[in-house]
Amino acid sequence: MANEQLTRIIATDCGSTTTKAILIEYVDGEYRQTVRGEAPTTVEAPLNDVTKGVINAVQELEELARMKYNNPAIRFIENEEIIIPRNGDVGSDAYVSTSSAGGGLQMMVTGVVAKMTGESAERAALGAGAIVMDLIASNDQRPNHTKIERIRQLRPDMILMAGGVDGGTTKHVAELAELVAAADPKPRLGQSYRLPVIYAGNIKAVDIIEETLKDKTDLIITENIRPTLERENLGPARDKIHDLFMEHVMQQAPGYNKLMSWTRGPIDGKLAHIDIMPTPAAVGNIMKKLNEEENIEVLGVDIGGATTDVFSVFTEDRVFNRTVSANLGMSYSISNVLASTGLPNILRWVPFDIDENDLRNMIKNKMIRPTTIPAKLEELVLEQAIAKEALRLAFEQHKEFAVTLKGTQKSREISEAFEQSTSGATIVNMLTLDLLVGSGGVASHAPRRSQTVMMLIDAFLPEGVTRLGVDSIFMMPHLGVLAEISPQAAIEVFNKDCMIYMGTCVAPVGKIKPDKIALTAEIELPGGEKWKQEIPFGEVRLIPCPVDTKAKALLKPGRGLDVGAGKNQELETELYGGVVGIVLDTRGRRPFVLPVEAGARVPLLKKWMRELDIYPAEILK
Amino acid sequence: MGKSYSQGLAVTDSMIVRQQRILPLKGEVKASEGDTVKAEDVVAVTMLPGKVVPLNLANKLGVTPDMVGNFLMVKEGDMITKGQVLAQTKGFMGMFKTAVKSPTDGEIESVSRHTGQALLREPRNPIEVRAFIDGIVVEVIPEEGVVVENRSAYIQGIFGIGNEITGEIACFISSPEEILTPDRIDESHKDKIIVSGELIPYESVKKAIEVGVKGIITGGINDQDLKKLLGYDIGVAITGHENVGITLVVTEGFGNIRMAQHTFDLLNKYNGHRTSMHGKTQIRAGVIRPEIIIPKAVTTASDGHDEAELPFLEVGKTIRVIRQPNFGKIGKVVAMPEEPKVVESETKVRILEAELEDGNCVLIPRANVEIIAE
Repeated sequence: MANEQLTRIIATDCGSTTTKAILIEYVDGEYRQTVRGEAPTTVEAPLNDVTKGVINAVQELEELARMKYNNPAIRFIENEEIIIPRNGDVGSDAYVSTSSAGGGLQMMVTGVVAKMTGESAERAALGAGAIVMDLIASNDQRPNHTKIERIRQLRPDMILMAGGVDGGTTKHVAELAELVAAADPKPRLGQSYRLPVIYAGNIKAVDIIEETLKDKTDLIITENIRPTLERENLGPARDKIHDLFMEHVMQQAPGYNKLMSWTRGPIDGKLAHIDIMPTPAAVGNIMKKLNEEENIEVLGVDIGGATTDVFSVFTEDRVFNRTVSANLGMSYSISNVLASTGLPNILRWVPFDIDENDLRNMIKNKMIRPTTIPAKLEELVLEQAIAKEALRLAFEQHKEFAVTLKGTQKSREISEAFEQSTSGATIVNMLTLDLLVGSGGVASHAPRRSQTVMMLIDAFLPEGVTRLGVDSIFMMPHLGVLAEISPQAAIEVFNKDCMIYMGTCVAPVGKIKPDKIALTAEIELPGGEKWKQEIPFGEVRLIPCPVDTKAKALLKPGRGLDVGAGKNQELETELYGGVVGIVLDTRGRRPFVLPVEAGARVPLLKKWMRELDIYPAEILK
Repeated sequence: MGKSYSQGLAVTDSMIVRQQRILPLKGEVKASEGDTVKAEDVVAVTMLPGKVVPLNLANKLGVTPDMVGNFLMVKEGDMITKGQVLAQTKGFMGMFKTAVKSPTDGEIESVSRHTGQALLREPRNPIEVRAFIDGIVVEVIPEEGVVVENRSAYIQGIFGIGNEITGEIACFISSPEEILTPDRIDESHKDKIIVSGELIPYESVKKAIEVGVKGIITGGINDQDLKKLLGYDIGVAITGHENVGITLVVTEGFGNIRMAQHTFDLLNKYNGHRTSMHGKTQIRAGVIRPEIIIPKAVTTASDGHDEAELPFLEVGKTIRVIRQPNFGKIGKVVAMPEEPKVVESETKVRILEAELEDGNCVLIPRANVEIIAE
């Protein structure tokens, strides 16, 4: 049963490139996403007002809703404002929004030991949806005067200071506070307010911190982020970051004051203000809910115009991690993908010849005009090649960050002493991963879902058996913030309209000679049809298997390979179908190697792309 | 849906241009409201705090941090000179004293009893902010800077490099396609801002730097040439600080792209006029684009401000295609179909129909055009 006050909801996400609006309605006893509109984000001069883009996107929503219901009386906007509450055809019951425009939330963090309290502070900031500009630590090798210069130059939106376990030595954290005070840092936006500094370190040092920083900054004290080496306590610091984001940062961004007055909806029967949420925090919300609902390990990615965020929930303890690669993206940051990975790494995914000068100019033109879309097939292929590299680099960063707590002592059994796992090892285990989800423009709006499948597989190299999903039209941020006022609406729409299961990837781990059999698969499809094949190393196969169905599978890896049950071990399992199907990928993992020579590589790329029906045949001839 | 919002760059013969000239830190404003200023005039100054030099006195003296105070020879706020003794232990019977000398001129900012660290501040550096355009000071922001205003011809570039400059425009190409070759650039162009059509070749930029040209305005540039010029690949587009000896403003994009006729006509019209220009580009949040500002005779702003208007795509508007195919071509919108269509890349998008200058009618994604001033 729906909340009676919540029958029509407008949600927007103000991205760095585009503002996306969706309409959610309570229809025939359930919540559904019904219409979608978008418009360029307007934080650029001469408009300098994010609400203009919101109005344009909601206007498109309004027009499309009128067309859909053939009802010209439907109206969402009046006098350039969103109408709340709903009265028949006019208005909506709630308006919620997320935002990453204006550069999102940019933070600097400090810690005593970079790999311990420093990393905990970084995790808290990232988990709150921030971009971490730098981590300053007592042991980071830079001389103190360099650190001071760096703090002064960065102009973050706020600083999170961690350091020391409760009751431990105060000297280092006091020294860090002195460095911050000496730098006398100024906030990024506006000279008129003092820079917020959150202290979440050793409780014993609070007096010293207050003495050093109280007069120079807007100091907020909260619970220690790392009260003991064995325990992280990120919640209180994260909450403070979110409060300050609303109080300080959003108020300074162009037009946000107005936008903040618009986001309202019924809470406990009364119309109340609803906070704007940083986009990554909203997507993180959804990923965590997915893990809780299904009890599975999840890896998700949101590739935007400026940044790429990777989220994961791994291990039995449901450890959530989020990283943001601030300069990897498909429009504003596209040129940095090229600069970071280099031309050969992009071209290795392209199945035709292209002049380097033309490619460079194309990339730069996309950067300076970020809202354009590839109309030519060749340009689509090139953008998807660049996306694979952006995703791969972002995932590399995520793996390095999503690790077990460092500096902890763990009692071990004798048998464990022989394992290589140590504190600080990555917890990202592709062999145990259940679900890989893509979101963001290039993943959600790929003309063929098989293109998204290939982008995810090539970039993340899933191992063993992994289910693949995609955010249908990019609405995870919207649902993440909607969950704050109506978890029911968010989950219903997520399951029915947002998450599209594309199928399952089966990939044996290891490398053998090309002529050897890498996988023997016996698959019984839902209709009873049986499929059996011995697949040599270096191939890709697609077996159509409809969405919402499962196929029974007996998977026998080639000699020396592991498909999830151990080396050379058979795996009997069920494989989920999807809009694309079951992909059997025997191209090898750890390592996955593409031939360097174009003469050897291009025919392979074309063969794989034809098998998965990625692009129209003419470009793969 | 007869119209939709579209981003575009401002190119206009006359508008009120307002430039906020703000200090990086609070300081002193040197101009008053109503003052007529020249681009070179200093309108605000401040002293940028000097570098901080940390010096751990406790470690150097071999004492605990809380004891440092007992040995200090200076106090917080004192001016100091290089080599001056800052702290000294009493030694044994007046001998074996340990002294710590200042490694720099400056002042004592603080001495911590918690860490024993002294922070020394090097002397302050003066920073000046200039008016950048000829105009009138219409607002003083106390301690921060001013707003200078003037009616000007105004061209927004799409991308640029290099800092703020002022110079005369030298537009001696005959069409917006004409590429300025190195042999056409000579000593007479020293301190000028020269104009090229659809491209500026690398060799021409080098020649311009050689003869002391201050700035170049061009329709297009090849990314490879830009990389050669800078010595690195631009990753994140935050520019304006480059020090290659010239400021460069690209009006259309990368590759050979004919300069928009209106832009070319304006530059031709104001050939020989004093112009302010910068290459600052920030293709990120709070986008900044390069600007070419050609102030007219200084006028007060009594004729009011030109309100920023939303550029709307609608039938009859002149557009430029900003992505392949037909990249760079100019046309007129002839229809705005409501239903999304599938284009060659199989992407389903909202489109428009345009008649290009060559008479061809084409369907183009709405996202791939920009409105240009007529």
